[in-house]
Amino acid sequence: MGAGHAHPLYLPGVSPVHRLPAEVKVVAALLLAICVVATPREAFSVFAGHLVVLAVIWTAARIPPLWILRRSVIELPFVVLAVLLPITGPPPTIDWLGFALSEPGLLGAWNILVKGTLGVLISLTLAATTPLPDLLLGLQRLRAPALVVTIATLMLRYVDLIVAEARRMRLARLARGHDPRFLWQTGATARGVGALFLRTYERGERVHLAMLSRGFTGAMPRTVDDAPTRRQWAAGLTPVAAAVLLAAAGWNLA
Amino acid sequence: MHVAMHMSDGLVNAPTALGFGLVAILGLTVAAYQARADLDERTAPMAGLVTAFVFAVQMINFPILPGASGHLLGGALVAILVGPWVGSLCIAIVLVVQALLFADGGLTALGTNITNMAFVGVFTGYAVARAMRPLARRSRAGLLTTSFVAALVNTVAAALAFVVEYTIGGAGGAGLGTVFTLMVGLHVLIGIGEGVITAATVGAVAAARPDLVYLLREPAPVVRTTGEGVAP
Repeated sequence: MGAGHAHPLYLPGVSPVHRLPAEVKVVAALLLAICVVATPREAFSVFAGHLVVLAVIWTAARIPPLWILRRSVIELPFVVLAVLLPITGPPPTIDWLGFALSEPGLLGAWNILVKGTLGVLISLTLAATTPLPDLLLGLQRLRAPALVVTIATLMLRYVDLIVAEARRMRLARLARGHDPRFLWQTGATARGVGALFLRTYERGERVHLAMLSRGFTGAMPRTVDDAPTRRQWAAGLTPVAAAVLLAAAGWNLA
Repeated sequence: MHVAMHMSDGLVNAPTALGFGLVAILGLTVAAYQARADLDERTAPMAGLVTAFVFAVQMINFPILPGASGHLLGGALVAILVGPWVGSLCIAIVLVVQALLFADGGLTALGTNITNMAFVGVFTGYAVARAMRPLARRSRAGLLTTSFVAALVNTVAAALAFVVEYTIGGAGGAGLGTVFTLMVGLHVLIGIGEGVITAATVGAVAAARPDLVYLLREPAPVVRTTGEGVAP
């Protein structure tokens, strides 16, 4: 099966980070992100420390920093808010090129930008080193409800197919004279979405019947079951310990 | 430009993020339990495919203004098509996968994102649709109006939930009034687009397979049991 095994942000590799069980990496990434968010925004140097921790992980995982940086330019949705904060924030203000910028507003914008960016870098590191099946197995071992894991498994198995179907439907519309420009494409595209729902739902009915005929009882069979060792947990949580120390140092600085 | 509603890390402080993380886990557990009743034993494969549909739909871009495009969030759409429990489960799983595999939305913001979009958004949208159900059942125009209003309210409600979270533990220095005006104003615009597309999509599904539209389904017939030994 070609679909559902790789995702666009995965960087194949055999580094120690790649080989860590997924649940260790998910927990570590979550804790790292919490440490970053819990760092007071005035502790500027500490954020550089967090970046160093990440850089060490990238070295261990053999991820070229440029590879990560190029992908970190994912749209930052709340940049609008970050830009508006210094302009609309409360006094005191400082003068910058003739603009009166609010000091708390500037701090707020810095806070959102630095924590948002570090968060994206952490997520990217997790995504780059964790293939799909591992992640699903990891979620299962982290005691996510079985139903949720099964739904996520099927969703990831079929998402490429559905996306490709949407693309074929668009091509078919184009071949029949559809002119996808500006607002008047909405009607046809939305009807296409309706048709896509019907096809997906009916595919779901077929998939379910096929699964039943192969002995599906409502739960996916577990294929591998070796829990991570204590050493693997220790290795995964080492960067977290560094980040905790950094965040604590930040609170002492601030 | 790309308009999205996924919150990033650092927008709310750590205690708030953790608190809403707990809310999200609690909500997911309840939704997973309730979703079984809605989908009987077909639960997992059907819900998996519907989730893949939501994921695919979020990849289809619509123009908002020249140069700016947005995508369907799909909260009201799934609530109307597959019901609020399965719907919120689908949206929540999409958000988790986007955060873990696509670096879309912060890991610590996962709780707030799930709360806003999967629970507040889907359930407000469904409540509106449910309140307007007599109208939706009467005519096609009624169904389209219902879908439009539900999607609009869903989008604005999710944005309002963000404003509430920002009030509780916002990490920026912006006045609440500014955030409120910005978020609600922006999301009324997004919501109108969401409403138009949701209405057209629900209309297309209802025209072909009205039996698949959860909102239009008749309540299950009451099973009468007679005889002894049957618990009331």
